[in-house]
Amino acid sequence: MADVIEVGAARGDAPPPVGGKERRGASASRRGRATTPYLFLAPYLVLFLLFGLAPILFGVWISLHQWDLQLPNRPLVGLGNYHDLFSSDSAIYGDWWSSVRATAIFTVFSVPLLVVVPLGLALLLNRSFPGRTFFRAAFFAPYVLGVAVIGLLWRFLLDANLGLVNRLLGMVGLPSDTPWVTDVPWAWVSLVGVTVWWTCGFNAVIYLAGLQDIPAELYEAARVDGAGGWDRFRHVTLPGLRPVLLFVLTTTILASANVFGQSFLITQGAPGEQTRTVVWRIVDEGLRYYDAGRAAAMSVVFALMLAVVSIVNFRLFRYRED
Amino acid sequence: MQNEMSRRRLLGLGVGLGAAASLTLAGCGGGSATKSTATGNGGKDYTGPKVDLKLWNGFTGGDGDIFKKLVEQFNSEHQNVAVGVTTYKWDDYYSKLPGAVSSGNGPDIAVMHMDQLATFAARGVITELDDVAKTLELTESDFAPTVWQGGLYNNKRYGIPLDMHPLGFYYNKAVMQKAGLDPAKPPTTKDEYTAALTELKKSGVQGFWVSPFQFTGGMTFYSVLNQWGGSLFDAEVAKATFNSDPAVEACTWLVDMIKQGFSPANVGQDADYLAFKSGKNAFNWNGIWQINDLKKSPQVQWGVAPLPQIGGKPAAWANSHNFTIVKQRSADNNKISAAKVFINWLSQHSLDWAKGGQVPARKAVREGADFAALTEVNALAPELEYAAFPPAVPGLGEVMITFYNSFNEAALNKKSPKQALDDGVAKANKQLEDNRKKYGS
Repeated sequence: MADVIEVGAARGDAPPPVGGKERRGASASRRGRATTPYLFLAPYLVLFLLFGLAPILFGVWISLHQWDLQLPNRPLVGLGNYHDLFSSDSAIYGDWWSSVRATAIFTVFSVPLLVVVPLGLALLLNRSFPGRTFFRAAFFAPYVLGVAVIGLLWRFLLDANLGLVNRLLGMVGLPSDTPWVTDVPWAWVSLVGVTVWWTCGFNAVIYLAGLQDIPAELYEAARVDGAGGWDRFRHVTLPGLRPVLLFVLTTTILASANVFGQSFLITQGAPGEQTRTVVWRIVDEGLRYYDAGRAAAMSVVFALMLAVVSIVNFRLFRYRED
Repeated sequence: MQNEMSRRRLLGLGVGLGAAASLTLAGCGGGSATKSTATGNGGKDYTGPKVDLKLWNGFTGGDGDIFKKLVEQFNSEHQNVAVGVTTYKWDDYYSKLPGAVSSGNGPDIAVMHMDQLATFAARGVITELDDVAKTLELTESDFAPTVWQGGLYNNKRYGIPLDMHPLGFYYNKAVMQKAGLDPAKPPTTKDEYTAALTELKKSGVQGFWVSPFQFTGGMTFYSVLNQWGGSLFDAEVAKATFNSDPAVEACTWLVDMIKQGFSPANVGQDADYLAFKSGKNAFNWNGIWQINDLKKSPQVQWGVAPLPQIGGKPAAWANSHNFTIVKQRSADNNKISAAKVFINWLSQHSLDWAKGGQVPARKAVREGADFAALTEVNALAPELEYAAFPPAVPGLGEVMITFYNSFNEAALNKKSPKQALDDGVAKANKQLEDNRKKYGS
């Protein structure tokens, strides 16, 4: 993508060819080309309008109604669905905010780990040592598995009474009755831990690509100037990775905020509904209880929350660049 | 590189958006369902041109194979009807069905739980079947009254009951024997139950694992709550009543199982049943559908009996599978009359279905000698006299989740039984009120 833009820009900046006739011809053909970018964009634009913008706008429209797929009357309720989310005497108020809280807890604890652990991993995997390819593959491997697979696997491994984890802990003399999946805060430890294990390979691969883009000369120069390992990391690696970091941070926050499968399968919301996340709640309201209006209102509010977080995130990184 | 990665993530998001889009697009087709009553001769026979029928069910266990065999038999006996079966997990099934129906991709026949019928009838997904009941000469006396009435919505019949599946009492004979208990005499009363658990505890076995989840702890609580004389809702299902004194007592009895060490704390989903199969506990209150699963494990020595009577009267959680005919955007009368023939045929073959591990809904089949030969399934048939079926009102699914969640909080010791149930009832009442507004009852 970036390459294409550069090429286009270079062509625009190129000195005009000599000779009036040719120039006219060139400018005419350039005028002709003015539509070219739009033509290239058109397929995506159509897809975006059809599957991106239109559903979003339709979703907002739905959120203003009491909307059931099958019920013939879908009365307009204005901001009623939104009001329900913010007024403490509605049936959904407690559930909604408890799932926002659950999602927030998960995001706050998983994102730092998912940003830092893969970075460390990438730094290690970037060195040359025998078996490097094997380890690169090994750390990425869990990401290949679907959430259903890892969810079911860990639910049984973490079972308080039958699971392997508690048995191993007992064998080394640690408490062997920790309720990993049925009580907080352990359920959060499990969910965050499993997610880090599952997805850290993905972020590590992105870091690794970023690390390989940092010119080796910079490290050499730093070394010549007497910079130690830590200094090289702080003054060469981190600045070199900044755009990658911003990308990893943004996508990780969004991915963590969208957590659904892990708690659906591993803790099943227990205890009570304390680990029931926002996306799960939206799915339930919309598809299980057929209240599409309420589900759409939740989606809109949740999207706004995430938009705010992302904007803050971008701002912070931009200030650092100045 | 970066952009490629972000696109991958976006694709992930796109799946969600796509799902939302198909949902909303499906929404455009709603409300155009045509009425299609009294078509054909109520399922007696079908002589029209050849039709293909789509049937959806949620029989993912061993029952699914038996169902498919029955369908094959039907297809070979009826040259002009071909039934094709699609199976989904029940959870997915109920969320897929409405969208599929309103986009015109739904099945012709759908198998449904009794407590879902009212919801789907109210939402216009399924069609009336009074004529089928008439042709089949089915009357209330053929069925457990609750099951028969559960198929009604606004005095019209929407479901033809196929079977009933109650909660049963499974006991591990080997574990009982080891603890010095007579495996031929499973406990039947509260005193016997406590005594057995005490013996088991002496031999180092926590005999009765109380699961905090709907499967199986929630259904166990549902059963003992009814045994104590309580109910989940008042007669009109206008108010939740599962915080009444009997309900709190029943809940306390179950939570005390954990406090007294008869059950470990924090039992995970399915852990109670896995522990039962591997001889780590002795008793498991579980659905009749586990009979087929246990038959696949010859190393487990097990028996099944009606639930012990812990409270003042016998009671057991139960539900029922029903046949329904789905409303189509453009009704095909041939399909509808062929579908009725299929339902009629299968209802008459429900003894074969009993081999799938369910009690046939028809009394005549239940009382026949052939059914008595199915020892284990037959052992649970007496429960049907006092089975406690969930009430059939539209939109109850959400309220039941609230009920099961309040038990979850009590069983995980997050709240006292009284507190958990009070909180649950407060929420359930709001949900019931929302439902009344939505379905206008």
